[in-house]
Amino acid sequence: MSKSTLTRRGLLKTSAVAGAGLATPTVFGGAAWSAGHTGFTNAPEGSTVTLGFNVPQTGPYADEGADELRAYELAVEHLNGDGDGGMLPTFSSKVLDGTGIMGKKVEYVTGDTQTKSDAARASARSMIEKDGAIMITGGSSSGVAVAVQALCQEAGVIFMAGLTHSNDTTGKDKKANGFRHFFNSYMSGAALAPVLAANYGTDRKAYHLTADYNWGYTTEQAIKESTEAIGWETVNTVLTPLTQTDFSSYIAPVLQSGADVLVLNHYGGNMVNSLTNAVQFGLREAQANGKNFEIVVPLYSRLMAKGAGANVKGIFGSTNWHWSLPDEGSQAFTRSFGTKYGFPPSQAAHTCYVQTLLYADAVQRAGSFNPCAVVEALEGFEFDGLGNGPTLYRAEDHQCFKDVLVVKGKENPTSEFDLLEIVEITPVEQVTYAPDHPQFAGGALGTCNPGA
Amino acid sequence: MDAIILQILNGLDKGSAYALIALGLTLIFGTLGVVNFAHGALFMIGAFVAVTVSRLLTLSHQVIDETRTDFLGNPLKVDVPYIYGWFGESTGAAIIDWAVPISILIAIPVMILIGVIMERGLIKHFYKRPHADQILVTFGLAIVLQEIIKYFYGANPIPTPAPQAFVGSFDFGALIGFDANSIIYPYWRLVYFGFSMVIITAVFAFLQFTTFGMVVRAGMADRETVGLLGINIDKRFTIMFGIAAAVAGLAGVMYTPINSPNYHMGMDFLVLSFVVVVVGGMGSLPGAVAAGFLLGILESFASMGAVIDLIPGINQVIIYLVAIVILLTRPRGLMGRKGVMEE
Amino acid sequence: MLGLNKKDMNLLLLVAGLVIFAPFILNPFPEGSELAQFNAGYPDLMQRFVIFGIFAIGFNILFGLTGYLSFGHAAFLGVGSYAGVWMMKLLTMNVVPAIMISVVVAGLFSLLIGYISLRRSGIYFSILTLAFAQMSFALAYSVLTPLTGGETGLQLSLNDPRVLGISATETGSIPVTHFFGLEMRDSFELALGSWLFTFNAGYYLCAAVMLIAFYLSIRIFRSPFGMMLRAVKSNQQRMKYTGLNPKPYTLAAFVISGMYAGLAGGLMVSMDPLAGAERMFWTASGEVVLMAILGGAGTLIGPVLGAGLIKYMENILSKINSTILHEWFAFMPDGIEDVMVTLVYPFIGKGWHLTLGIMFMLVVIFLPGGLVEGGQRIARLFRRRGAKTDDSGAEQSQNTPAE
Repeated sequence: MSKSTLTRRGLLKTSAVAGAGLATPTVFGGAAWSAGHTGFTNAPEGSTVTLGFNVPQTGPYADEGADELRAYELAVEHLNGDGDGGMLPTFSSKVLDGTGIMGKKVEYVTGDTQTKSDAARASARSMIEKDGAIMITGGSSSGVAVAVQALCQEAGVIFMAGLTHSNDTTGKDKKANGFRHFFNSYMSGAALAPVLAANYGTDRKAYHLTADYNWGYTTEQAIKESTEAIGWETVNTVLTPLTQTDFSSYIAPVLQSGADVLVLNHYGGNMVNSLTNAVQFGLREAQANGKNFEIVVPLYSRLMAKGAGANVKGIFGSTNWHWSLPDEGSQAFTRSFGTKYGFPPSQAAHTCYVQTLLYADAVQRAGSFNPCAVVEALEGFEFDGLGNGPTLYRAEDHQCFKDVLVVKGKENPTSEFDLLEIVEITPVEQVTYAPDHPQFAGGALGTCNPGA
Repeated sequence: MDAIILQILNGLDKGSAYALIALGLTLIFGTLGVVNFAHGALFMIGAFVAVTVSRLLTLSHQVIDETRTDFLGNPLKVDVPYIYGWFGESTGAAIIDWAVPISILIAIPVMILIGVIMERGLIKHFYKRPHADQILVTFGLAIVLQEIIKYFYGANPIPTPAPQAFVGSFDFGALIGFDANSIIYPYWRLVYFGFSMVIITAVFAFLQFTTFGMVVRAGMADRETVGLLGINIDKRFTIMFGIAAAVAGLAGVMYTPINSPNYHMGMDFLVLSFVVVVVGGMGSLPGAVAAGFLLGILESFASMGAVIDLIPGINQVIIYLVAIVILLTRPRGLMGRKGVMEE
Repeated sequence: MLGLNKKDMNLLLLVAGLVIFAPFILNPFPEGSELAQFNAGYPDLMQRFVIFGIFAIGFNILFGLTGYLSFGHAAFLGVGSYAGVWMMKLLTMNVVPAIMISVVVAGLFSLLIGYISLRRSGIYFSILTLAFAQMSFALAYSVLTPLTGGETGLQLSLNDPRVLGISATETGSIPVTHFFGLEMRDSFELALGSWLFTFNAGYYLCAAVMLIAFYLSIRIFRSPFGMMLRAVKSNQQRMKYTGLNPKPYTLAAFVISGMYAGLAGGLMVSMDPLAGAERMFWTASGEVVLMAILGGAGTLIGPVLGAGLIKYMENILSKINSTILHEWFAFMPDGIEDVMVTLVYPFIGKGWHLTLGIMFMLVVIFLPGGLVEGGQRIARLFRRRGAKTDDSGAEQSQNTPAE
């Protein structure tokens, strides 16, 4: 280490001195923001390429994170030509041939987001700086997605969002290097409203309980606007703290408010508890305004349904994807995942798997790992065969437009994974909105950043 | 008016959970002088005793049902609990339905045992160590316990419903002369409230009216003198730790039908229960109970729509705000003694 | 020199040496080797080590000297972070004003909270600070969203005014943080054989600030003021009888440690310009308590070691997954390999909390004085064995994770 004194003078100089004798910049590891001669961050060299899977492994969403990780491992397997290929054969784009990405074997690193924006960014930075990850993906909440997306924009790598439902991710916080396959609050509202009108009528009074943070706000707004458009009236909206565990004091006044529908804009543990409490208070059997009282959960996930148990029966909600979808792609994925792990994949697993494939495909089509090339290849990309029918990655906001599922809690589940049944597959036209829709106002994509 | 009565009911119900946890915490602090950050974990373990009991009761063998298929298109394997085979399907189903009340019986010895092991194995060595060390070691223990639970049960909440007989709700309003449907309250929450009153009364009676309790109270006041009288106070304190653990565990068992238990529910309650104990006054059992109910009721009022509209965000901070006000106006909480935990 | 006695000077020089050579010390394993997983010498983690070191040093000035256990220190770090980001949004991407405003705002906030909370002592004080911090978190996450960004955190955007800088670069990106033109993310890499060392501008800025903070903390510990603070801890009553009012001293200590927390927050956003509300949650406050006690409360270097150890575990241990484990044990026969993986798996990756919890317990049970006591015991052991053995190895293994 005595040699190090020779270069001490250069320590604080910027990386522009690259190439000077001893101090040759290397490409693997740590090369994050330095000037690599290939012109973008973490350009893969050698025979492998590293992807970063950043999912919650501790904290309340750990199980969802574990399912995402399973899907990623499966995707890597399929990209490298192992296993049964999953959705590769059904995918409309055929450039992926099971030899990795552009002939490079896919490797991956994992990290723990802890569902905290700070920890998620630390984990993502370590993947970029230490492990040389060229793409970061994953996450199970919008806070984390927005934070990591911004980081990837600065660092010059691609971010393929995992489960994130807030309008903001592709709305006011959208970034050129970030892409979201998952659906969003607006789409939930647009898909749910007609089904609610058909089942519960157009003369309804809704009471909203909303998680008191960004995702809650956008979801409440989306559901409120879409239900008011079909003639419903919003009686009241009450914000509930994130850390709330017992919702009794929020549920109890609902029946007296004159409302006949309760909308629970909650996710994860909040949703499990608020729904359980609502059913405890007899809301599902109650009568109001001469009608049956109803409960609606805008965003469903199978893991939440599992946590709430029998309480979900008959309750409407929306979801991005469900394993019981009959199309070829969904079936192939469910078969592949189910054979490997013994149970069907969740919607989080699906979106993560698809995102990985979409990224690999975009690189292959672009012929380059350069983030700007990948952005170009993904923008306006139309594809099919990955579940959800024909899908468009819209160039204006990097949001996928595809069919959205309206589901309802199953009355007679055959297993602990069979909790939701599909009520309607809402066609993509019905959930499409203009890029400048007020719910998505503010923010700008900016330009793609290749780093370096 | 009915809205206010409703929130008082809610507050009593929430308060009874707070009071039960705070009671155990104070018991340990008052008798042993130990600040136990693992107390929330004991609450959580109690809840998972219920989960475990219901899992054991539903231990199943698989029967293949050729008429239906699973998600891969194979014949569906249906789980049939062994208990059906032993007691017949209807009795078996009834036993499974009553898993949570059955868990209470099992939780008492299990929690006392866990408490005694904890005290003998770990806490004992920390009586003379600074409070900061006690906090750190019990906090470490809490993390270890919850990670062990997470390893075996996962991070997702596990639904553990109440027996069918207690599902549904009760028209409390009609009983006291209001319009029908104005004050509706779930049966199980009323059970929870009643149950916690029984436990609280039992603990007080035990300390007040038994010789054992008298010795423990004497030991709380002056441990040395009691020791000099030739009484083995250590053994009694161990038992008290076991009792405190059982109180926390029972609170957990009974709480499972209200909210599906998950591995971090102990941490969710930990900070809150410390606030309750401190507001009540360190070392005061009546203080802990009173503060539990007070904070429960105030929290319920703060969550009323009209109140939130008046002061946005009040529901987020009410507990802490009350704690600050009380601690600033009453230096040792509601009923705390002088010189306890002040240095 | 610098007003320090020889022993303290040696300590300062030791810390300075460790910090300056951290890129080497933390990357002991060659790239591409199985053990490279344990390398911690990348910019983000190195920055975190020194930033949390500053946070813990500041906390220790309050807790280690006066014995007042604050359970709400993360709030000052959070408030400092928000102030720093706002400075970058409104004024300039130069980190100096951001760091300064962070310290000032955190100082004012801690003055307010300290003034109220210090009216009580013992656990009542702890709960008051906890209550204030939890209120800050809850409000920042929800109703204060326009000011704090809420769930998504406060971040920079292309539309920020930045009156002394630019809103967006020519290429349409958000400008990066810099120190009078020196970009914080600039790194210089040195390859020696198969080893790769990264020298990051941001890290060295943090390191310089940390050394100053460490130096100040030594001065405080050795000053008459530090003596007063120790008197507060040992016997307030006696102090009052000698005619001294302990309150101004404790309040001063509280504000100083709050400013240290603000400094840490300011540096954090200078390295990574986003401030999330979670950094004010009570577990974050608990974490700095753990850092101080784990390393050795009341000692000069202890908190820095504790901070390093916890951050190392959080960032390195959590990234090990089962695939990596299988690679490690691949040399074993298949059956044994699987057994080993099964045995180790619960403690790494998603189980890193478990390892952390077990370690707290072990340290508290067997090393009440924290890692510093452990180091002293080892040093004593070597001294007893005579001068034959070189103790630098042992000392290094003690210090490695801390930097």
